[in-house]
Amino acid sequence: MAKKINWFKYSSPQAFYPLAGKMIPWFAVAALLFTLPGLYFSFFVAPADYQQGEAYRIMFIHVPAAWMSMFIYMVMAGYAGMGLVLNSRLSSMMASALAPTGAMFTFLALWTGSLWGKPMWGAWWVWDARLTSELILLFLYIGFMSLYAAIDEPRRAARASAVLALVGVVNIPIIYFSVKWWNTLHQGSSITASKGPTMEASMFIAMILMAMAFWMYTIAVALMRVRCEILERERHAEWVAEVLRPSRAR
Amino acid sequence: MTSLTAAFRCIVARDITLALRRRADVLTTLFFFVIVVSLFPLGVGPEMATLRIIAPGVVWVAALLASMLALERMFYSDYRDGTLEQMLLTPQPLPVLVLGKVFAHWLVSGLPLVLIAPLLGVQYDLPPEGLLILALSLLVGTPVLSLIGAIGAALTLGVRGGGVLVSLLVLPLYIPVLIFGAGAVDASMSGLGAQAHLSLLGAFLLGALILAPWAASAALRISME
Repeated sequence: MAKKINWFKYSSPQAFYPLAGKMIPWFAVAALLFTLPGLYFSFFVAPADYQQGEAYRIMFIHVPAAWMSMFIYMVMAGYAGMGLVLNSRLSSMMASALAPTGAMFTFLALWTGSLWGKPMWGAWWVWDARLTSELILLFLYIGFMSLYAAIDEPRRAARASAVLALVGVVNIPIIYFSVKWWNTLHQGSSITASKGPTMEASMFIAMILMAMAFWMYTIAVALMRVRCEILERERHAEWVAEVLRPSRAR
Repeated sequence: MTSLTAAFRCIVARDITLALRRRADVLTTLFFFVIVVSLFPLGVGPEMATLRIIAPGVVWVAALLASMLALERMFYSDYRDGTLEQMLLTPQPLPVLVLGKVFAHWLVSGLPLVLIAPLLGVQYDLPPEGLLILALSLLVGTPVLSLIGAIGAALTLGVRGGGVLVSLLVLPLYIPVLIFGAGAVDASMSGLGAQAHLSLLGAFLLGALILAPWAASAALRISME
């Protein structure tokens, strides 16, 4: 008889905990390996922009951070939805483990955007459609995390914040287009992030390398956080006591 | 089918009766709205030209805040005395009951805002067609606020610091309504016509009517577990 693969083996926190522990170093090293050439390319290889000079180089942090901020929200909502539908504990833990990293990248994107905006636009903050919707995304992350933190019972907290994350996902496109139309109606010929002509190949490579680095970092950090979450939520389980016993701790 | 409409009508009648017995609660929201709108000229200055420009935004933001403050009353008293638990156990589908509660809630906390808004608009020297569009946009927009707010109210039932939390959850989701509600008045005053904005608000209303009672019911079931 052919051996049946148990697809759900690692959906149990007990089985996933050691696996996550083994995966963290790999992703952390990968993050480092992408960051070093990524930074090298962005600072030394990519040429200075003919219009924006050296200041454009913050884009190599800003653009990947903005990508990640949106991507993580989608992944988080996906996990949250899975947790609601399949009632699997691990997926809701993953959702709450991803939220702080997503919020951090959103904040980073706003921060670097404003650093770039000062020399380019002459203002720290412009009510540009992208900036505004990124700010609203930050509010959504904060709402998700504070609802999760406000409910003491972890199962109810996970399910309630999952509903909120899904409502947020339905709303994100609506919010994005509202803000976009609002912006074009109000400002007429507004200043938008200049797309530039076609991008230099080395700039593209630097951007992709940095995006990969952020991606690996996100996975490593989310796994670390989910391990803590597993221990906290399963603290009454036998196997947690086993794992935490001093003789086995290394 | 008849049992559904009967349940809906029963919930609406009950909630309105309860609200009319406690009239002060209803009036508090209304006066909050009036006071917030009246504060802005004191802060910004009495120049009519400025006031006319900020009027749609001010009235709409105040409406957002007022309807958010009223959210706590939507489910809380039923939650506390156990009525909500009985509603969850009834054979009628929960989204219909939630829709009834939202509708009743809008009648007592949203509709008064719509009716008094033109009066506040006069204080801001809005032209007559501006007043009309302001009231119209609020008429279409405030039900959306109540519907989205129901999700937030259901999620924060019995949660520590629920009142402040609900604002964090709900206000970002209100943004599209604010944009097109205030935008409708702006557009009509600048001669562009408010039809596009009002149509979009109507679309939001239809979308929220379909999705929000369902999401709020899911949230209520989670809160009552």
